[in-house]
Amino acid sequence: MIRFENVSKVYARGARPALDDVSVDVERGEFVFLVGASGSGKSTFLRLVLREERPTGGRVYVAGRDLTRLSPWRVPGLRRGIGMVFQDFRLLPNKTVYENVAFALQVIGRPRHHIRTTVPEVLEWVGLDGKEKRRPHELSGGEQQRVAIARAFVNRPKILLADEPTGNLDPTTSQGIMRLLDRINRTGTTVVMATHDDEIVNEMRRRVVELSTGRIVRDEVEAAYGRREEILPQVGPVAVLDAPGRGVPARRISVRPEPGDVAAERAAEQAAARGVDPPPVEVDEDSREMSGAMASRAEEA
Amino acid sequence: MRLQFILGEVFRGLRRNATMVVSVVLVTFVSLTFVGAAALLQMQIDKLQGDWYDLVEVSVFLCPEGSTASTCAGGEATEEQISTVERTISTELDDVVSTVYFESKEDAFEAFSAQYPDGYQGTQLTEEDMQASFRLQLADPEQYQVVDEVLSGRDGVEVVEDQRAIFEPLFLALNRSSLVAVGLAVVMLVAAALLIITTIRLSAVSRQRETGIMRLVGASTLFVQLPFMLEGALAALLGAVLAVIGLWAAVQYLVIDWLAESVDWVEHVTTADVLTIAPLLLGLAVAVAAVSSAVTLHRYTRV
Repeated sequence: MIRFENVSKVYARGARPALDDVSVDVERGEFVFLVGASGSGKSTFLRLVLREERPTGGRVYVAGRDLTRLSPWRVPGLRRGIGMVFQDFRLLPNKTVYENVAFALQVIGRPRHHIRTTVPEVLEWVGLDGKEKRRPHELSGGEQQRVAIARAFVNRPKILLADEPTGNLDPTTSQGIMRLLDRINRTGTTVVMATHDDEIVNEMRRRVVELSTGRIVRDEVEAAYGRREEILPQVGPVAVLDAPGRGVPARRISVRPEPGDVAAERAAEQAAARGVDPPPVEVDEDSREMSGAMASRAEEA
Repeated sequence: MRLQFILGEVFRGLRRNATMVVSVVLVTFVSLTFVGAAALLQMQIDKLQGDWYDLVEVSVFLCPEGSTASTCAGGEATEEQISTVERTISTELDDVVSTVYFESKEDAFEAFSAQYPDGYQGTQLTEEDMQASFRLQLADPEQYQVVDEVLSGRDGVEVVEDQRAIFEPLFLALNRSSLVAVGLAVVMLVAAALLIITTIRLSAVSRQRETGIMRLVGASTLFVQLPFMLEGALAALLGAVLAVIGLWAAVQYLVIDWLAESVDWVEHVTTADVLTIAPLLLGLAVAVAAVSSAVTLHRYTRV
């Protein structure tokens, strides 16, 4: 699904490469943790998959497409097949929960009736049923991240990228978010998640790719986070928030989950237990093209 | 659905940047008014030239008594000389001259007396002070040079004069002022373009969060950029519409209701002329907006 072949990325001439000869292959439907210190190249990895950046050397394949040769006007099509979640949620503050999720469908020109049915479905699915009219500032962090995940997932992408999705959340809420990502993964969506959260990685026991100064130093199936002291030497065993570009991550202040987070988690679990289906996969030009490209690559292999 | 969404974005953007949008509207309004004024002035010049060049004549003044011109050495033009000139006109200049009219001294005095019944600047002139002349109407006013070459220097002809020369300073002044208007218009248009660039940039920066998400979820470049383009184009178009209204009002109240009342012997530009140049102004506004957005959006909302 995602393949890096000897990928290097140098942002500024003469600077240390952000990624240095990275080769990795993420299969369809896999769940991969990307771990490593701040500045180890995790975010660059995700940006290359989204083609927000182009590699300096090597090739990046996503869903069978060679991104180094992808023409600019095909980039939107690529991104419709990829969902992205951030540490800071990136919700639109002046839009309601419903509008935030609907926005993602509106701007890719989905018909109104499709939006009206899909958005409530996905909101129920992530456990935010009944909170459609709230605005982001009225929600807890965990709920906001659920909105962001709903927005990333509402178009049923083949790939979900998450950059420190639990970085601003307390441990209990983080677990709820992880269960949500796990459920998304179980619908067949490939999930790549960059994280510092060793508890989560250790609990999930999924594939772990560790980056250090732009190189892959470990790639293990069903692995643990590894030794914190080695990965994050500045902070050692303390739980931290990632601080991209600011060097040393900030210590995470341990807090109890907010009531909203607990409620959302319970609602999501209930929805799952009731057998609420995820929003249907919309077959459109891009995804057809994408699956076509995947099929042809599979044949090649 | 998409149209509604894009229009919604456009109006949100216009409201958010109200002060900048107003300044874009005003600057395009002023600049296009200058462009339009220059165009109308040119139209007025064409009309005047069309009108007046049909009326003006080439005057062939015949030697009066006491002229110092070398061709007038023999004193006042004789009957013989006059008929030679007349013959020359009817033979050699047949295809250039459309009508010939001989103004004798009596005719000239009559015309003079009609125009200045109390004498010219206090001096009472007599018929003897007048000068006989041939008045030639040319088929093509531009052919003056030919007439001048054929008739100048003949005995009995004092001087050949093109009356168009009288109008030259006026047309020169009008042409210069329309050039000044065009120059000002260009400066103002550059200002308008820069303002539109700034406005779009502001709008793009203030909506970076939205456009970032749009790019992330795979909105097409056109979809991301269209609201900004429409914003700039709408503001510029509004300025152009104001310019058209302003020019229309200027022509209606200044030219038709006022100037044409007092100066009724020439044809003036009309409000129909304003409507003729309206598409030009609107097109220019859209073009300036399009160029400015292309320059800005390429930078600020790249996918």
